Amino acid sequence: MIETKMVKTAADLDSIRENFLEETRRYQYRVLVCSGGGCVSAGCHAVKNALLQAIEDNHLEDKVLVSETGCIGTCNLGPVMVVMPEEVFYTKLTPADIPAIVESHFAGGAVKEDNTYYDTALKKRVTHLKDIEYFKNQIKIALRNCGNIDYGSIEEYIASDGYKAAAKALNSMTPAQVVDEVTKSGLRGRGGAGFPTGVKWNAGLQAVSDEKYIVCNADEGDPGAFMDRSLIEGDPHTVIEGILIGAYAIGAERGFAYIRAEYPLAIERFNAALEQARDFGLLGEDILGSGFDFDIEVRIGAGAFVCGEETALMASIEGERGEPKQKPPFPFQKGLFQKPTIINNVETFANIAPIILKGSGWYASFGTEKSKGTKVFALAGDINNTGLVEVPIGMKLSDIVYKIGGGLPGGKEFKAAQIGGPSGGCITKENLDTPVDYDSLMKLGAIMGSGGLIVMDEDKCMVDVAKFFMEFVQDESCGKCTPCRLGTKRMLAILQKITDGEGTMEDIDELETLARDVTSSALCGLGQTAPNPILSTLRNFRNEYEMHIADKRCPTGKCKALACYTIDKAACKKCGLCAKNCPVSAISGDKDTPYSIDESKCIKCGACFGKCPFKAISR
Amino acid sequence: MNMNPEERETVCKCGQETEEQKYERLDQVIEIYKSKPGSLIQILHMAQGIFGHIPSELQEYIAGKLNMPVAKVHGVVSFYTHFSMVPKGEHTIQVCMGTACFVRGGKEILETLTDELGIGVGETTPDGKFTLEVTRCIGACGLAPAVTIDNVVYQMMDSNKIKQVLKNGEFGA
Repeated sequence: MIETKMVKTAADLDSIRENFLEETRRYQYRVLVCSGGGCVSAGCHAVKNALLQAIEDNHLEDKVLVSETGCIGTCNLGPVMVVMPEEVFYTKLTPADIPAIVESHFAGGAVKEDNTYYDTALKKRVTHLKDIEYFKNQIKIALRNCGNIDYGSIEEYIASDGYKAAAKALNSMTPAQVVDEVTKSGLRGRGGAGFPTGVKWNAGLQAVSDEKYIVCNADEGDPGAFMDRSLIEGDPHTVIEGILIGAYAIGAERGFAYIRAEYPLAIERFNAALEQARDFGLLGEDILGSGFDFDIEVRIGAGAFVCGEETALMASIEGERGEPKQKPPFPFQKGLFQKPTIINNVETFANIAPIILKGSGWYASFGTEKSKGTKVFALAGDINNTGLVEVPIGMKLSDIVYKIGGGLPGGKEFKAAQIGGPSGGCITKENLDTPVDYDSLMKLGAIMGSGGLIVMDEDKCMVDVAKFFMEFVQDESCGKCTPCRLGTKRMLAILQKITDGEGTMEDIDELETLARDVTSSALCGLGQTAPNPILSTLRNFRNEYEMHIADKRCPTGKCKALACYTIDKAACKKCGLCAKNCPVSAISGDKDTPYSIDESKCIKCGACFGKCPFKAISR
Repeated sequence: MNMNPEERETVCKCGQETEEQKYERLDQVIEIYKSKPGSLIQILHMAQGIFGHIPSELQEYIAGKLNMPVAKVHGVVSFYTHFSMVPKGEHTIQVCMGTACFVRGGKEILETLTDELGIGVGETTPDGKFTLEVTRCIGACGLAPAVTIDNVVYQMMDSNKIKQVLKNGEFGA
């Protein structure tokens, strides 16, 4: 389409932009087919192929341009596509739906309403993106291009003001001015800890060394988080541009992107984007005619959660076992290969270009007094609209869960939201109105974390949830320090004992003591925060622990050893639905005799409980 | 799995290649990476791509080529869950145990699979057809619970659906 050419000045960027817009302007419609992780596994490529075929069959090649984009954010509705310029949103597509849509919309000019977005709360179809609640309440800065542009096209990234911030920084700002702008924006590290990015970069700038490194942490190991993955897959150039500006600010000539092996698609797309950036001269020598040289190398992780911790990550890049080291020395003093190193998370880098381009004042106008800007969350769990959202920091949790997330499926009650992954904590119903910012969450014993937000309904057992996280950290503990290696093992054993119905009240005290000891003595962030899910569930749901211990009862039936299903004879209407649904024929009765459960046969699957229309079954 | 451009050459061509040819390919990889500091993990990724797994002989061979102690290579191989020292089955089934999948019933799916296949986590069926693994979040949380078979994601699974997938017997892209 457009000839590859070396970009040397901001004017070169403008001409690429003009050429690209000229090319696309020829088409009446542009279809953006979401190729985010969710839509890929839902079969978006078959849909795209069907689309191309139908366009050819209807001779519409000159009228309709089809592109693949990154995650649009509505992961449970895939495959989805957006028709531009009017932004009509088609969801849950199958290849069979496509011919009718093409004929109606592109040949006939009429939106094919049956296939558009259905709002479960309003119980009606909402055809245009701008009218959909899920999108209306979001502000996209890091995700600004995700789902809007072809992730594989550097031309389109440039056409969306891409690399303009890099041109501005490299050609008209000193490194100190870049650091200053980032400091004033109030941007804090989006990887979890929330350390001010400008302060970190300043330390990098001040460090004196013949060589410095900048590292992008894309080892998104928090189970329940897919923000970084979606960013890299959907807009790799925004991450590259952020790293490039950071490298200029601190004076690094080499950068690394450490991406986890579990994300093959992200690795592939990031590598492709790096190649393009090199072809255009946006990586390599004398970038944008500024005399600054820089390039990025991808390093693939190998399945270790602890490598998300910065010192462990650096050990892994060096080809070693990914074990954390004592700090100080901090990475900005002695990091990768013993040289000063600055490590930032993917989302942090994605915010850099807009901050440089639009100014720190603009960025700081979003968010709260102490937490500026926006934050990307991966909404998942028991929630209607699972997916990727970006909201101003400080939005109430209830707004995220209900306004954007559309509430819980099946009309179930909200019980808790786990925020911050295995290092975080849970927010309960009483605190739904908490503003989601670094400080407010800290007060409730949770953390902002990297952005995993898992909603749990009334059926979830919080002791079981604590056990799940403890299994995770115990499994992922690298074993280097004793408190984490043995402490997590002991805490897990106690939780297992409690969920098996063999717990004692002393176990709760022992859990608390152990949790405090591990927090205060573990070597790295993973170990120090490992007890958080226990402390948090104990603080908010102590009664559930006590029920497991004193009454030998799990109120949600999740802990099978404790579950005991019984049918209330008086409430039973003898419909027989429970017996029909029992997979092991443990329920007997007939239209004259109330049904009852044979406990020796019962496998505690809970199928009957969910099926009884009269709520006659208790557990 | 897609990796660096040169790594794409290293996908397993099991059954089509002699041991000698495999070592030849590995030598080429080592030659590219030898001079770059800290490339051990990347070399191991590719070795696993070529051989399917990294047994002790291979670890010794790589250590020799890189002029480093075998203990260091073994230390790295055994530290990372991605590397396997034993051959895997024809198909690798990974049940996602990230938080979202856990909340949506991933545990039940794992139970179904252990029952159906008659093997535990990390084991391979006696006929060498399936290896069952647990993975920590594949980032498909919006599609929970998810299972991957040979890197292809099967979304919103339940016990019946996964049984059906096994029964159909067609895996991969």
